[in-house]
Amino acid sequence: MDVPMSWLKEYAKVTAPIGEFIEDITMTGSKVEGVTYMGGELKNIVTGRITSIEKHPDADKLVVCKIDVGSGKELTIVTGAPNVKEGDYVPVALDDSVIAGGKEIHTGNLRGVESEGMLCSIEELGCDRHDFPEAPEYGIYIFPEPVELGKDVADVMDLKDEVVEYEITSNRPDCFSILGIAREAAATYKLPFLYPEIKVKEEAEGRTEDLISVDIMNPTLCPRYVARAVKNVKIGPSPRWMRKRLRAAGVRPINNIVDITNYVMLEMGQPMHAFDVDTIKDRHIIVRNAKEGETITTLDGQVRNLDPSMLVISDPEKAVAIAGVMGGENSMISESAEAVLFESANFEGSNVRITAKKVGLRTDASSKFEKGLDPNLALEAVNRAAQLVEELGCGQIVPGIVDCYPNKRESWELTYSPEWINKFLGTDISEEEMQRTFERLEMKVDPVAHKVVVPTFRPDLEAQADLAEEVARFYGYDKIQPTLASGTPTVGKKTYSQNITTLVKDTMIAEGLCEAMTYSFESPKVFDKLLIPADSPLRRTVTISNPLGEDFSVMRTVSINGILNSLSTNYNRRNESAGLFEVAKVYLPKSLPLTELPDEVPTLTVGMYGKMDFYDLKGIVEHLMSVLGIGDKAEYTTETGLSWMHPGRTASVSIDGKTVGYLGELHPAVAKNYEIGTKAYLAVLNMEELIDASNLVSVYQPLPKFPAITRDIAMLVKEDVTVKQIADEIRKNGGAYLESATLFDVYQGEQIEEGYKSVAYSISFRSAERTLADTDVAEAMQAILDGLARELGAQLRDK
Amino acid sequence: MRVTHQSACDSRKLGGTTEVLRPFGSEDYFFCSLLRKTEKGEKSIMKEKLKAIHDKAMAAFQEAKEIKDIDDLKVKYLGKKGELTAILKEMGKLSAEERPIIGQMANDVRQDLEKVLEEAKNRLAATEMARRLEKEKIDVTMPGTKKAEGHKHPMSIVIDEICNIFMGMGYEVAEGPEVEKDYYNFEALNIPKNHPARDEQDTFYIGGDILLRTQTSPVQVRTMEKGKLPIRMVCPGAVYRSDEVDATHSPVFHQLEGMVVDKNITMGDLKGALEVFARELFGEDTKVRFRPHHFPFTEPSAEMDVTCFACGGKGCRVCKGEGYIELLGCGMVHPKVLKMSGIDPEEYSGFAFGMGLERVAMQRYGITDLRLLFENDMKFLKQF
Repeated sequence: MDVPMSWLKEYAKVTAPIGEFIEDITMTGSKVEGVTYMGGELKNIVTGRITSIEKHPDADKLVVCKIDVGSGKELTIVTGAPNVKEGDYVPVALDDSVIAGGKEIHTGNLRGVESEGMLCSIEELGCDRHDFPEAPEYGIYIFPEPVELGKDVADVMDLKDEVVEYEITSNRPDCFSILGIAREAAATYKLPFLYPEIKVKEEAEGRTEDLISVDIMNPTLCPRYVARAVKNVKIGPSPRWMRKRLRAAGVRPINNIVDITNYVMLEMGQPMHAFDVDTIKDRHIIVRNAKEGETITTLDGQVRNLDPSMLVISDPEKAVAIAGVMGGENSMISESAEAVLFESANFEGSNVRITAKKVGLRTDASSKFEKGLDPNLALEAVNRAAQLVEELGCGQIVPGIVDCYPNKRESWELTYSPEWINKFLGTDISEEEMQRTFERLEMKVDPVAHKVVVPTFRPDLEAQADLAEEVARFYGYDKIQPTLASGTPTVGKKTYSQNITTLVKDTMIAEGLCEAMTYSFESPKVFDKLLIPADSPLRRTVTISNPLGEDFSVMRTVSINGILNSLSTNYNRRNESAGLFEVAKVYLPKSLPLTELPDEVPTLTVGMYGKMDFYDLKGIVEHLMSVLGIGDKAEYTTETGLSWMHPGRTASVSIDGKTVGYLGELHPAVAKNYEIGTKAYLAVLNMEELIDASNLVSVYQPLPKFPAITRDIAMLVKEDVTVKQIADEIRKNGGAYLESATLFDVYQGEQIEEGYKSVAYSISFRSAERTLADTDVAEAMQAILDGLARELGAQLRDK
Repeated sequence: MRVTHQSACDSRKLGGTTEVLRPFGSEDYFFCSLLRKTEKGEKSIMKEKLKAIHDKAMAAFQEAKEIKDIDDLKVKYLGKKGELTAILKEMGKLSAEERPIIGQMANDVRQDLEKVLEEAKNRLAATEMARRLEKEKIDVTMPGTKKAEGHKHPMSIVIDEICNIFMGMGYEVAEGPEVEKDYYNFEALNIPKNHPARDEQDTFYIGGDILLRTQTSPVQVRTMEKGKLPIRMVCPGAVYRSDEVDATHSPVFHQLEGMVVDKNITMGDLKGALEVFARELFGEDTKVRFRPHHFPFTEPSAEMDVTCFACGGKGCRVCKGEGYIELLGCGMVHPKVLKMSGIDPEEYSGFAFGMGLERVAMQRYGITDLRLLFENDMKFLKQF
C-alpha cells in the first residue's frame, strides 16, 4: 500500500519529519517497507522566460534562446524543440542540473554556440501527458500561465512528495486505504482524525431507482450492491491535484470519471466500477453466479472463460462484469453516454480471490476485495464519488440511491477488563488511557460498564485479547517491561530418542562423515533409477496433488535418493572422496488413498565413495552399534534382495533377529544411473529400531585376575564358508573357559588350493578362579578342531 | 684412628669436608693433607703408588669417549683384579700404625675415582642422548596424517544451538509429523477454510484433509492437546511451501517453533524470554525490537527484530541500512487457540514464537545461495 504523505496529511496533521514518522508508525503496527521521494532526483531546474529566439547560425533545426531565470544575467540555451516562442515560461535545467532518470546537464557547445543548460519537456521532469494534459506531445513544456522566475520547477509544478509503502497484514483490510493509514497515524500521534465531510447535491432530474433495478441472487457472495447514477457526464482530464495524488499512489490518471473511481478506491479502500446505463438491457442488474461455459470479454480485450463458482454482474441477457475483478467491454462508458452508473458493491473476499486466480487477472479491485471489505463502506464510497463528480463539474447526480443490502452488518459490543488487560500484557496502563486509545480507533466506549462498540470496519476485533493488542500497540510494545516467566519450574531436556539420535550423528561425525540435508520429496522416476520392481510396495507413495513438478511429487519411501544425488554431485565436481550421512524420514502410507497420516520413519543413511571398501563401511556400522551398546547383538548376513545393492556385497543388519537395515556396495547399474563413476557404498539403518535396541546402561565387569591361555589356529576351508560360520562353530565347542575367538588372517593365493582360503583365529581361554593349565584347554581345543572339521570341512594347517 | 676415620666419614656425609675431597683440580692440596695426616711418616712407596694410580685413572677417565670405555676403565682400575685392588693386597707390608692410614687413603682414592667415573659416565650418556636426538630430528612443518573429518551440517549447528539455549531455560524439545492434517496446520490455529493466510502459505496438498505442514505451529496444538501443563517447548523441523527453488527460496525449509503456556504468563514474559534468547544467540550486546504484527494464532502479535550482527545496528548492506534484522514472529497465544485445544483461556495464558532457520544460518555464515544447503558438496560441508 503506497500512501503519499501529502495526501495522508489532509486527514492527520502529522508534523514529524519523515524519518521519525516511518519509525513511529512502524512501531504502532503499520510496517513501513520503504519511502520513495517523488521528484527527488530533479535538481537545479528552475522557471524561466524566453526573451528572444534566434536561428542557430550553423544548424537549420536548432534555435538559440535567451532565457531570463531571474538572476539578472540572461542565459543562452540552444534547443531543437519546435514549439517555443518568445515570452513563453518554461522549465530550465541549469548548468550542473539533474533531470528525470538521473541524467546530468552541463554547459556544452552545440555546433559552435555555447548552451548554458537545457529547456525541459514534461518527460524530462519525470511526468507525462496523463499528469499534465496541457503538455505538448513533442517539445518543451510551456507553463499555461506566467510564473515567478528562478523558482524550483518541482515546487512550482508540485512534483514532490514522499510516498510511503506499508506492509498491511491480512487482518486489517481497513488499512488498504489512505484513510485507514491516516487513522492509524492520527492515533499514533494522538492527533484528531479528519474524516472528509461527505455531502451530495443531487441536481439532475429523475430518480435513480427509475433508471436501474438491482437483484442479488447470491447474497453470500455479494452482501451489498449500491448504485448511483450520473447524468450530463462531461469526460475530460481531472484536475492536477487529483492527478498528482493518483500518480503518487501508483495509479495512472485516465479521465475524470475513471480517476474519481480510482481516487475513492485509494482514499476509502472501496473499489468501484462505472457502467454506461444504456448498455444494461432492461436497465436491470442481476448479480449471479456465472453459467457453465459462459464467457466475457473484459475491458482489456481478453476473452475470459467463466464457471459457476464465479460471480458476475449481468443484465437479463449477458454478463457485464466479473464481480470484483474487472468490467466487461460491452458496458464500457462511451463519450455519448447519457447516464453513468457507479457501482459500489461488496463481494466476499475469498471468492474474489479464487476467481481472480482462476481467470488469471489480479486487479487493483480484486486485491482490495480479497481482503474482505466492510459492506458499510459501499454507501459512503459511492457518495464520496458523487461528491467528487459534482466538485469536478463532470456530471450531475441523479437523486436517490439503489441500495441492495439484504443482511446488514451491525457493529458489535465487547467488554473489557482493564485489570485483565494489564495482567495479560504485564503492564500498568490506566483505564483512561485505554479508553482514549479505543476512542481514537473510532470505538464507542462505555467507561463505566467497560464496554466498547466496535466499528464494522474492524472485524479483527473479536475479543478482549484483540482489545489488549490495540492498547499495547499505542502504549508501545517497547514500553512493556521484559520479565522472566515465574510459574511452575520445568526441566529443559531432550527425549531419549532425541538423545540417541544426537549420539548417532556424533558417532557418524567422529567417523569422518559429513552431515547432509536432502529434499524429502522426489520424482517417482527414482524407483526406476533404483531398479525397484513395478509391483514393489516401495512404489506406494504419499503423493502431492499440487507439486512444483514431477521432480518433487512423491514423498520418499526409500531414503537413499538424496544421498546418491549428493554423491553424484561430489563425484562430478571431482571431489576425490565423499562421506555423507543424514538422519531423515521416509514416509510410508498405511493405506492408499491416504485416510490417516503415514508412518514417518526416521532413517540413518550413509553414502560414501573414495579410497575405501565394504569393510571400511562395516567398521563404521560396527562402531555405531558398539556406541549404542549393541555391538555384540548386531548380526550381519548376506543380503541379496535389494535391487539397488550389489547382491554379493551387501549385508543385512539385524539385532536380536530383527532386521534394522543393511549396508554394502551400490549396484553398479544404479551407480551408472546416478552417474557415479566409481564404487559407492551405502548403509541404511532404521533409527526407531536402533533407538529401541540401544542400551546405554553399563555394568562393571571385574577385571581378570588370572592370565589367559591363547592358542592360534590356521585352517583351510572352502572359500564360501563364512567367518561367521567358523566363529559360531568355535563358540559352540569352546567350553566354559572360552573367552574370545579373534580372526587375525584370511588368505587366498599362493600355496592355497583354488576355491579354498586360509583362515586364522586366535582363541583365548581364561578362568575367573585360577590360572589355567595347558591341560585345561586341550580338550576344548580338540572339540573346536573336531567341530570345524566335521561341520565346515576345515583342515588344520601346519604352522 | 677409628674415630678419625669415623669422623671423616661422618663429616663427608654431613657435607663438611666434601669440598676437600671432590675437586680434582685441587688434588695437590688433597694429597698434601693426606701427607699431613701421616705426620712425619716415611715416604711410603704405597702412597706414591696410590697417587700414581689416581693420576693415571683420572687422565684415562677424562679421555674416555664412550660409555663402553668407561666400563672397561672401571674394571681396569677398580675391579676385583684391578690396579687399586692389587695395591691393597700389598697392605700386609705395612706396620699396624701405617695400615689404617694407607687403608683410609686407598678408600678415599677409590671413592674419588668412582665418583669421577660416575660423572664421566653421565656426561657421556648425555652426549650420546644429544647425538641420538639430533639424529632423530624430523621436519615438523610436514602435514599430519590425514584423518577423514566429519562435520555437522550448518543447519544442524544452528538448530542445536537454539535448542540448547531454550533447554537451558527449561524448554523441552518436541517433534511432530511433517505430513499433517489440515486441522492441526490451519483450523486449530485459527486459520479457517478460505482464510487469506492459507493463500499466503502456498500449501502442498496430499488429498482429503491431509497436507504437508506449512509451519511447525501444528506441534503447538499437538502439545497442548496432550493436556500436560505447564508447557515450555521448542520444536525444530522441516516445513513445506510451494516456492520454486532459487537462491532464497526452497520448497522445503526449516522452522523452529516455541511455546509457553502456564498461569499468569504475560506479554512481558514473552519479551523477556526472547530477549534472553537473542542475546545468547547473537551476543550480549544484541538489542531487540518488538513491532506489532499479525498472526492468526496469536493476539497481540509481534515481530521481533534484532540489531544487525554485521554492523551492530549502524546500518549496512546485510540489514539494508535499517540496523535491524527481522528474526521471528511471536505473540500471546490466541484465546481461541487455547480453547480449541482444550485449555481454559480464563485460567491459562501463554506465548508462542516461530522463526525461519535457513535465514539465521545463511546470515550467520554469510551463505548467499540457499541451494548450497541442499547440495551437500563436501567442499561446502567441510567449512562448518
